[in-house]
Order: sequence, then structure tokens, then C-alpha cells
Amino acid sequence: MTVELVSRVLEGDRRALARLISLIEDNGPPAQAALAALYPYTGHAHVVGITGPPGTGKSTLVNELAKGFRRRGATVGIVAVDPTSPFTGGALLGDRVRMRDLAGDPGIFIRSMATRGSWGGLARATGDVIQVLDAAGFAVVLVETVGVGQGEVDIARTAHTTIVVEAPGLGDDVQALKAGLMEIADILVVNKADRPGAAQTARALEVALELGRNSARPGKDAAWRPPVLKTVALDGSGVAEVLEAIAAHRAYLESSGLWSHRERERARADLTGALERELLARMLARVGEAALEEWAERIARRETDVYTAVQALLEYDKRS
Amino acid sequence: MGKRLRVLIAKPGLDGHDRGAKVVARALRDAGMEVIYTGLRQTPEMIVEAALQEDVDAVGLSILSGAHMTLVPRVLQGLREAGLDHVRVFVGGIIPDEDVPALKEAGVEAIFGPGTSTLTIVEAIRRACGEG
Repeated sequence: MTVELVSRVLEGDRRALARLISLIEDNGPPAQAALAALYPYTGHAHVVGITGPPGTGKSTLVNELAKGFRRRGATVGIVAVDPTSPFTGGALLGDRVRMRDLAGDPGIFIRSMATRGSWGGLARATGDVIQVLDAAGFAVVLVETVGVGQGEVDIARTAHTTIVVEAPGLGDDVQALKAGLMEIADILVVNKADRPGAAQTARALEVALELGRNSARPGKDAAWRPPVLKTVALDGSGVAEVLEAIAAHRAYLESSGLWSHRERERARADLTGALERELLARMLARVGEAALEEWAERIARRETDVYTAVQALLEYDKRS
Repeated sequence: MGKRLRVLIAKPGLDGHDRGAKVVARALRDAGMEVIYTGLRQTPEMIVEAALQEDVDAVGLSILSGAHMTLVPRVLQGLREAGLDHVRVFVGGIIPDEDVPALKEAGVEAIFGPGTSTLTIVEAIRRACGEG
């Protein structure tokens, strides 16, 4: 069944694509086989992340960017991530509300994803779903993260180009100086630029960029200075400049060799992430949930500590 | 992490009252479902397309405009044509009693009028989608 699904996805069957994404989200045994079969067909899409605080207009900007890419002839896959409730496990995925312009276009595929317990602004399966859209032939994959604060920076490892969206009046200018979001931005967008304070927000971002230039992460950005662009996504103004900046960033990544550097960084993160999950699953399968609960109880009662417990569990693992 | 029920909540047609749809969307979320909310003024074609892309188990249509006898059959037909026969369809809103048999005949799983408790809706969706 998986083999058939994979070949249908490669033929452009949208129903098969939607089914396969669900399989991957649910992490069933067939998912890994499907991803392995699709992997040779990946590596062509430009993955663009859109992140930023809640309420800055990320979905509306994604809507406008997708329209712009379509006008330029590129097909667009969209992954829109919203948070899962930690209490009920349910999720309200509302990003499509702002993407209604994109309905009826066979060159666009939109998928809403719940984080399902992940904390980095993406779902565990987001990276895999991007691979599937890439293999299905979408030239651009836009990834909208959950509304983030300062630390949810998974998108930077997942995307080739990361756009950080801010809006005027979200807090005092010092917010812009906070680490995390600023450091991962390849392009900064001040959306809702028709509102008071937009120029001030843009200036604060410019200053923060200037201050951060010396602490940029290695292998990044020596020659790329993230532009600060102003948009009003609701009426589309400024969006053409963002599209140009995305194209310029791609050209920069390719000419500087950073494209392959980022691909390798992503591959490494994917590999270690998958390894962690696999090793934990194997460990749990061998020692059992009950044993784990028992150790947790002992740690909580202060009879032992986490590190001693880990060593003991690993010893147990070796014996068996 | 295993399978989650995915439900599309949509408002076809032109009426602008989405309070009920939002209350139901929230209740389904609180019941542990993943709810894709599409907002106002959706055409049947848009609803079918979203149901396909999101691979949902059920679609909930909220209609207060009185246009249910044209809109609902078009959604049902569109789902069939897209190969989505397995997707269960629910209708909420103001539906006169005399229209209920025809809608059920056309393939609607259940119809929820004003005052239906959200618990009833949650249970009906779970049952129809083979959970509980």
C-alpha cells in the first residue's frame, strides 16, 4: 500500500499526497518506508520559513507570498503549524482562514499541522512533510511556524531562508534586541506597516541587526545582511520586495556554498533527532514503561537522582 | 504519537454568523480532535478542496442562511467526486424539520439544531468515525 501511495504522490495525485502526510504525522510503520522511497526525489524545493510572534500577520503574508510565487510560475506547497493543546491533545488550526485566495489553484497545496507535543515552533513531522512536498514537485515550500516568542528556532534548521515577521506596537523596542529570533532571520519583515510606529520598529530592528553582526553564528551571514522590509500584507504592498529578497537570498546561498552547508546542517539535525527517538523507543521497549515509572518515582522521592538512574538503566540495557 | 481525528469546520454560503461554528470548533478541540477552521463564505468547491488537502475524517457545515438544500448536496457530491466517500458530513444551524429526511437521504450523517449540546456533537462525530 505504501509503495502504491508513493508512486501516486510522484505522479501528482493530491489525495495520495494528503494521505501520505497523515501517515507521516501519525508515525505509523509505513511512514519511514515511504519517506525512504521518496528521498531520492527531494532536494529541489526552496524551503522558506515564516516565523514571528502571534498576531503579526504571518498567515496573511504567506497568502500574499504564495500568490506572488504563482505569478512567477512556481508551484507552492504550504505547511501551516498551529499549537496542540497540552491539556486535551486537540488543536484548532485556523491558518486557512487567511489563505482563501489560494483556493482552486492546482499549483498550490496547503496543509495545516498541529505541533502534537513539540516545542520548537514546528511539529516533529514537519521536516518529513516538507520532504514529501519537495518530492511531489513543489518548487517552493512555505512553512509557517506557530506564533513564537524568543526560543522557538527550529525553523532555522529546517528552512533554507527564514523570514522573521514583526509588527509595530508589540512591545517596547528592547524586545527586538532579544536573542533567538533576530539571530535566525535571513529577512526581517515589519508587517502592518500602515500602523503607527512601523518606522520605529524597523529602525529598532536595524539597530539590533547592527549590534548582532559580530555574534552571528559561524558559517552564516558573513556577506549577507538581512534586509528589513515593510509590508502591508492585507493589501499586498511591499510583498514584491520580500519576494525579491527571497530570490536574492537563494542566489546568495547557492553562490556562497551555504546552500549545501545548510542542507548538511539539516541532515545532521534530522539524523540526530531520529536517532534520539529511535534509541529512546528501543530503550523503553527493553526496560518497559513500568520500570521507567518506578525510577521516576524514586527520583521524585529523592532516593536517587536522574543521572544515577540513567547509568543504572544503561547497565540494565547492557545485561539484557 | 498515534492517530488523531481531524475535522473540518466550514461555513458555506453568504451568512456572516460564525459564532456557532466557532463554539463547535472549540468544543471539538477540547475533546482532543484536530479542527481545521476555514472561516466564512466558503464555496462547496473550497470545502471539498480543503477536506482533501487536510485529509479529514469529518466535515461540519454551519448554515444559517436557509440555503442548505442547495449547498449541502453540492458538498456531498463534490466529496464523492474527489474520492472522499469515507468523509462523514454533519450539518449544524437552522434546518427546518421537513428538510431533515432529504438531507439524511443525501448522505448527511446528523443534523444539529440550535441548543444541541457540544457533548452530543462530539459523541456523534466519534461514533461516526469509528471511535467510541
